[in-house]
Amino acid sequence: MSEILVKNGYVYDPKNGVNGDVMDIAVRDDKIVDVVSPTAKVIDASGKVVMAGGIDIHAHVAGPKVNVGRNMRPEDKLFNTSKRTKMTRSGGGFSVPSVFETGYVYSRMGYTQVNEAAMPPLLARHTHEEMADTPLIDQSAYTLLGNNWLVMEYIKRGEQDKLNAFVAWMLKATKGYCIKLVNPGGSEAWGWGMNCVNVSDPVPYFDVMPSEIISGLAAANETLNLPTSIHVHPNNLGHPGNFQTTLDTIKLLEGVLPRDGKKRDQVINFAHMQFHSYGGNTWKDFETEAQTIADSINKNKNMTVDVGFVTLDETTTMTADGPMEYYLHNTNHLKWANADIELETAAGVVPYIYSPKISVCGIQWAIGLELALLIDDPMQAFITTDHPNAGPFRRYPRIISWLMSNQARLDRLETLHKVVPDRVAIGGISRVLDFYDIAKMTRAGPARALGLGNMKGHLGVGADADVAIFDYNPKTMDPTIDPAGIEKAFTNTAYTIKGGEIVVIDGEVVSKGHKRTIWVDATDGVVDPVILHDIDKKFLRYYSVTMNNYPVQDEYVANGLIVKPEAA
Amino acid sequence: MRTVTDVVCPFCGTLCDDLEVDIDDAEKICETRNACIIGDNKFMTAQAPDRHLHPRIRRGGELVECTMDEAINKSAEILVNAKHPLLYGWSSTHCEAQEAGMALAEGVGGTMDNTSVCCHGPSVLAIQTVGIPSCTLGEIINRADTVLYWGCNPVNAHPRHMSRYSLYKRGFFTERGKSDRTEIVVDVRKTETAKNADIFIQPEQGRDYELMNALRVALRGEPLPESVAGISRADIEKVAQTMKDSRFGIIFFGMGLTMTRGKHRNIDIAISLTQDLNTYTKFLIMAMRGHYNVAGADQVSQWECGFPYAVDFARGFPRYNPGETSATDILARKEADAALIIAADPGAHFPIDMVRTLASIPMIAIDPHVTPTTEIASVYIPSAIVGIEEAGSAYRMDNVPIRMRKVVEPPEGVLTDKEIIDRIHRRVMELQGLEVPEVTAVKEPAEASAFDGILQRST
Repeated sequence: MSEILVKNGYVYDPKNGVNGDVMDIAVRDDKIVDVVSPTAKVIDASGKVVMAGGIDIHAHVAGPKVNVGRNMRPEDKLFNTSKRTKMTRSGGGFSVPSVFETGYVYSRMGYTQVNEAAMPPLLARHTHEEMADTPLIDQSAYTLLGNNWLVMEYIKRGEQDKLNAFVAWMLKATKGYCIKLVNPGGSEAWGWGMNCVNVSDPVPYFDVMPSEIISGLAAANETLNLPTSIHVHPNNLGHPGNFQTTLDTIKLLEGVLPRDGKKRDQVINFAHMQFHSYGGNTWKDFETEAQTIADSINKNKNMTVDVGFVTLDETTTMTADGPMEYYLHNTNHLKWANADIELETAAGVVPYIYSPKISVCGIQWAIGLELALLIDDPMQAFITTDHPNAGPFRRYPRIISWLMSNQARLDRLETLHKVVPDRVAIGGISRVLDFYDIAKMTRAGPARALGLGNMKGHLGVGADADVAIFDYNPKTMDPTIDPAGIEKAFTNTAYTIKGGEIVVIDGEVVSKGHKRTIWVDATDGVVDPVILHDIDKKFLRYYSVTMNNYPVQDEYVANGLIVKPEAA
Repeated sequence: MRTVTDVVCPFCGTLCDDLEVDIDDAEKICETRNACIIGDNKFMTAQAPDRHLHPRIRRGGELVECTMDEAINKSAEILVNAKHPLLYGWSSTHCEAQEAGMALAEGVGGTMDNTSVCCHGPSVLAIQTVGIPSCTLGEIINRADTVLYWGCNPVNAHPRHMSRYSLYKRGFFTERGKSDRTEIVVDVRKTETAKNADIFIQPEQGRDYELMNALRVALRGEPLPESVAGISRADIEKVAQTMKDSRFGIIFFGMGLTMTRGKHRNIDIAISLTQDLNTYTKFLIMAMRGHYNVAGADQVSQWECGFPYAVDFARGFPRYNPGETSATDILARKEADAALIIAADPGAHFPIDMVRTLASIPMIAIDPHVTPTTEIASVYIPSAIVGIEEAGSAYRMDNVPIRMRKVVEPPEGVLTDKEIIDRIHRRVMELQGLEVPEVTAVKEPAEASAFDGILQRST
């Protein structure tokens, strides 16, 4: 039995309504408890900010396309390698770090759970191998289903029951956490070099519309009572004027409520909304539509977004939206990798330089911040960079400093291309967020959206003992005029506790940790022989592996934690 | 008698996973089904009576049998006493052993390299220059109507490639199999693969780059000279038009491109040609990887340190500069003062000067079979055959990971590659005065219900 007492910190714990009160947090083994014995190890957190461990709801940190990015960009490591120490392995990479580096950097920032946002089912084993090698942080992976042939066939034929069963089978086969849709229909169309730009563009041959795929999988999600909602990367990412497509997507699920409202509020989480809030008709008259999108999210309490802030860095874009990456390659003419996955999905990787000198990049930077500030409830908007697409995750502290200081934003805006201020609204938004809001956007919010609100993202009794302690005194220091101080404090915690174990002290990794891999098994009473027959037929005829060699074996799941929904 | 199905073949990058293996009551492999002749041989000879089962160590110029502890201890000493050890091979073993190898290489400050250096290393360099539009093999089954083999000969080197994935297999949008496809072969020789082709192009040796350049010109409709690389303008234009007119095309390339004059530049322009073709239709490109898990060696190295091969840990952090940090070059410059060779046979495949270097330094060889490499080793440790006697991950040529199956137990006393590497590493840590971590057992997965208040875990 190990015990820790975190004493006298300023605690920010939105789920339990604690807003900067001075409190003690007691830890026994891997849980938060009421009291601990006098022999507990004491951490003096006086004059420091205490929050639950951070949760990244959307990042590309493990799996095939991440590894393509690592391979394709040796230059990403040029000035970014780290030496091995007694406790840590060596590694490197700025925008696409190696797995060890990923675990260390997240832990230093106080993050304790990171969710891999796109796992191609056929290559799920690869994603799990990388996650098992990623130290310290808990992880889960989202199973890509929005372009799956069987999904589209069941939807086309209106066989919702079979769809539900197939989804449950797939989640178990891939050891995935939720249903992820990326450019629904569009990545299948990319098999022929085509795309689905709007929610009503029919998918070639399959003759279903993206709107039907989204509604069908959302229905399956609620029937199966999965812990989180569907996560959707909508069609038409990154094109001027695409906010209209986004509004069309929002309309599909207006008024639909989650089956179990106690657990979560949303029926859809929009991935990287910044990329979907674009106005104008071409890159020449490109402008923000963040206000329109934020208004719509404010009206629809059954939806959440992760923002996907542009950080103005050189980075590596990677997505299952194959046609988008080809389009990007034709825009910036940098190297292009593509990886179509049979019957399931696609992927592309292209380096990208978000240059502050380029007007479009400056406008993208502003749109991300506008979204976060114009969406009223921070429980609906989460901090992400769609790592590494809009910027590397190691920039989260800088994003927090922008959100907490209008002055920091205005200073940055001044350095951008001269047309930027006219095309964005950020200059006129004076709202600044406080630590309570930040705790919602990085802890309580993502935890609730993932259906893990009782276990993660808070510091109440019974929660996982994941605690981040930041060396920043909210009573004597003022984040609105001190962005550099905020960035410094959030880059290296004073302490990170993960699962009751101290893993970081003063920015230094001091433990190898005990990571967990969380996945969902919703197959109880759902999968029947008819489905297995359909799946088997697909494997016999069209897959390049046998059905028996397809599911991810238990050996690959590092320290697994299975979440079982109540039977549907 | 029992039969194991869905067995994965541990031979080439095609990584066929539909084999059936019969094992008799004496645990002897007696028959395989679905395997090609090479794969069948691999299984049928696995339990050959003349297989070496005991570690051997060089004493007075001769390799003599020794205990496992002795072999492990000597191996660790060799690595610890070396200034710049080379850890090479890794392509005919599973990813678990490769991961253990990465940790060992880092621990001894050595260079970690795999057989990419003498097969598709140039492809990696090209990918790092221009990227690579590719796909999994099932995409070709279901969609490809134009299949181009350039500088590769699957009929002999990847025997089931054409029937399983690329040419004959009937897919969803290719219901008639071969009849729905146009096969183009470009090769300096009329190979077995070429004999089959709808269009066969035989360029002059070493002039593939020019021919691909000409194809790019032809695609754009720009004027060409009478002939390029010995191929007439009409033929070049015919190939360009066929590619342009296809619905979904694929280029497979092999060492006829990567290891001939031009090397990575050949691949660079092949990929650029593929990218050009996407202006008109869907076209992709794929390397025909050789060893069954050479792709996995690249993958593991990428996710653990960021680079696919030729990684030097001498300075405590990964450094990558093929030509400087690659195994062949290190041996050519006689820089390595010790080596660990596993799951590959440089003794048979490297240029003779490099083999001489290998023979002149303390060298540990780990391989299930006796090879030219093991015969010049200072320590030879026989290992279990992955995919036959040991389960684990391997990555197919299209980077699809498949779990290799274990069909029989390894011979008594024979350890797996991973066990051997782990044991050497633990002994190395002891010699370095480091704390050796305890071996932890794998935990059963816990279950939780998300729906009644706090998640309840059972551990």
